[in-house]
Amino acid sequence: MSSVAVEISGLTKAFGTNKVLRGINLLLSKGEVTVLMGANGAGKSTLVKVICGVHRADSGQIRLNGTAFQPQTPQDAIRNGVVTVHQSINDGVIPDLDVASNLMLDEMARPDGGFFLRQRQMRARAREIAASMRLEVDVRQPVSDLGLADRQLVAIARAMAHRPELLILDEPTSSLSATEANRLFTLIDRLRDAGVAILYISHRTSDIRRLADRIVAMRDGEIVGTFAEKPLDYNAAVNAMLGHGMADANLQHIPAGQPILSLVGLKVSAESRPISLTINADEVVAFTGLVGAGKTELASILFGLQAPCGGAMRLLGAPYAPQSPGQAISAGVFMCPKDRATNGVLNDHDLTRNITVPFLSRHAALSFMKGRSERQTAQAIVRDLDIVCQSADDDIGTLSGGNQQKVMVGRWLAEPSNLLILDEPFQGVDIQARRDIGTKIRETAKGRATIVMASEMDEVLEIADRIIVLSDHAVTGDHANKDLDLKQVMAEVAGAGATTPAQNQNSTASGA
Amino acid sequence: MALNEEIKAGAHPSPDAKPQAGAGAEDATRMGHKKTFGDYAIRYGFLSLLAGMVLFFSLGAEGFMTPYSAVFIFQSVAITGILALGVTFTLVVDGFDLSIGSTATSALMLSAYVMVVLQMGAVVAVIACLVMGALIGLINGLLIVKTKVPDLLATLGMMFLLIGLQRIPTQGRSIATGMKLPDGTVAAGTFSKAFLWLGRHRFDFFISNLIPVSVVILLVVAGLVWLFLERTRHGRLMYAIGSNQRAATLAGVNVNRYKILAYMISGVLASVGGVLLSARLGRGDIASGNNLLLDSVAAALIGFAVLGVAKPNAFGTLVGALFVGILLQGLTMMNAPYYTQDFVKGAVLVIALVFTFVLSDRRGGSKH
Repeated sequence: MSSVAVEISGLTKAFGTNKVLRGINLLLSKGEVTVLMGANGAGKSTLVKVICGVHRADSGQIRLNGTAFQPQTPQDAIRNGVVTVHQSINDGVIPDLDVASNLMLDEMARPDGGFFLRQRQMRARAREIAASMRLEVDVRQPVSDLGLADRQLVAIARAMAHRPELLILDEPTSSLSATEANRLFTLIDRLRDAGVAILYISHRTSDIRRLADRIVAMRDGEIVGTFAEKPLDYNAAVNAMLGHGMADANLQHIPAGQPILSLVGLKVSAESRPISLTINADEVVAFTGLVGAGKTELASILFGLQAPCGGAMRLLGAPYAPQSPGQAISAGVFMCPKDRATNGVLNDHDLTRNITVPFLSRHAALSFMKGRSERQTAQAIVRDLDIVCQSADDDIGTLSGGNQQKVMVGRWLAEPSNLLILDEPFQGVDIQARRDIGTKIRETAKGRATIVMASEMDEVLEIADRIIVLSDHAVTGDHANKDLDLKQVMAEVAGAGATTPAQNQNSTASGA
Repeated sequence: MALNEEIKAGAHPSPDAKPQAGAGAEDATRMGHKKTFGDYAIRYGFLSLLAGMVLFFSLGAEGFMTPYSAVFIFQSVAITGILALGVTFTLVVDGFDLSIGSTATSALMLSAYVMVVLQMGAVVAVIACLVMGALIGLINGLLIVKTKVPDLLATLGMMFLLIGLQRIPTQGRSIATGMKLPDGTVAAGTFSKAFLWLGRHRFDFFISNLIPVSVVILLVVAGLVWLFLERTRHGRLMYAIGSNQRAATLAGVNVNRYKILAYMISGVLASVGGVLLSARLGRGDIASGNNLLLDSVAAALIGFAVLGVAKPNAFGTLVGALFVGILLQGLTMMNAPYYTQDFVKGAVLVIALVFTFVLSDRRGGSKH
């Protein structure tokens, strides 16, 4: 079994009570590209972080070339031949230094390195590395002068200086153009031929079709499918990663009310196909699609965070083009953003303050806060959403993830809205909190239009009256959540069932 | 005290506490329910220290516990206190204003220039200073939110700019009544009586001639700042911005406007300090106000530790300013040499910061 580079068995990792990895078993062979797929929160990045020494596993083991491998730090992992290139290109290079210094950075950072730089030697060694990678750049050039692809290649070349056994690439093409990506693929091909085991994390269909020898799908901290038979069944992998086995939603479908929001030829990005559709009152519409399909971008446009690249929006019949979240909120369009820690939670603030922050003027007279009005609102939200806490005066940091998320959602349920957008409202919450939040969203849906952005099919089926599939910033499917052909939906998620303009108009007509 | 709480918590675990009764006390603290000794130490530690210090000096230094001594302390901290309240605003929005000291000395020079050289009255002088302060704050704010210059660097640049600017009109000399102007003539204006009143008048309060105007202004400003930050919508939003700017933006808050407002308030309050300094000195002294920046920043940072709030706040800033004032006055009355003052101030600041960050971190750590 000398062809096995890395053997992972029974790997588990929990953060507090949240089990992120639940027993991962994975073999990575030399000279093979394994593509790892998984929705947000599936545990991909945690798995990578355990392998590359950022996190320590709770149990299970990793064997590298047959010997036990327990990296204590990222440096430790690198020294042992496990090298990671992260998604954000500028994490892998230091833009202000020249190429040579970047390539030799890890060498310089070694504690036993000399005090003075030996510049000539460094450049010679850097040229060697660059040449071996067929990287045609002047090593004296600052990295900031290079294009994105060259930077990415420098980052990988830097990694290669360690003669890795395992190279982990975390969405390396996410900011590259097609031609730039092609240069990267050529390099990866060469590394594969040189016998390096490669773990490649990506959602891009084109990347996966081009590179993958094997696809591994991850969901909820487990490996849910391995696809190695040629030709690779990409749809089945998407299916496994999104999962829809356990959705047992008992939805009471409410007939949709009057139209609230219409998108007329809206372009999310410059090259995307325009989106035309209507969202009606009382219905909960889920937008689904892979990472990068345009869900968050669409939410940002609706909430005034970014301008559309074309087309128009109408809200309750009137033109709607918010310039800021403030304007969107005044128009009755609320958004509960994804990733609460970055975009939502006010640390060192109590629940009350976290709940009332968007609508303080409602609780103020001549700008002075009315404590009682504020407390009543907060207490009502705490009660309605079953938020587990001592009282609404608790610091938000004392709450569990699920309860914090309830506070975030409750913030926007405190006032009536025309359109409520929830971007990944079930991110990082346990199943109970997810049910509670979902129920609350549906209970309160009467009188407003509700949009839920979610990539997990379970979540979508659980909450939606209508499911709209996005792929490449365009709509590829629009279904009522009833007698759904899941195969069809999955194909659309994978970008297969691109909507023809005629279909697009149909859905507008049926919506209106 | 802590033991008592433990027993209580162990005997009657609250319904929400975790089932392991043995760990009851720990759970209770984690829930933020029962106060332990540590919580009290964080909350009242600094105030107790202040009280202890007052007690120590009143026993050790004769004449420390007299109204005059108290007023002297207040007067000595009035100007730094007002500046510190301005810094507090910028700290609340997670910024920093290094230009307050030079804004204050610029106001000092401007007021003297307006009255002595331009021969105008007190009202014009004060208004000119306040407008200048607001303008400086506006420029600081725009630099930070529009051109994205980091706050420390933007206000550091402004500090150097103002230090230079205030010397240009008088070719680097101080401004005093009857000074010789660059063109050879003698300045005809004088500091008006009304202006000097701001710096020198004392109100009767039980004892005649007790409370200086600057102290009254400090207390009024502190009260207003407290009201604004704690009781109004705007103060609340400023704290929200300081906690998580992105979250505040997504809650519809106009973050840039509030940040600029914070720097403008800081500039205006620094000018108020400068006007009071000018009125006390009665001349536009180019060398005065050297310590204003460090003292007021120290006061605001010490304020973090007061009541264990671990964030900038008006009451804390006022107590912080007083703390430094009392310490220095007490040491002076106990005949400590003047040159030890800066060392003592520095030591107090370091201790207060350790207090804030270590203890509140421990409290934060027990949450998870």
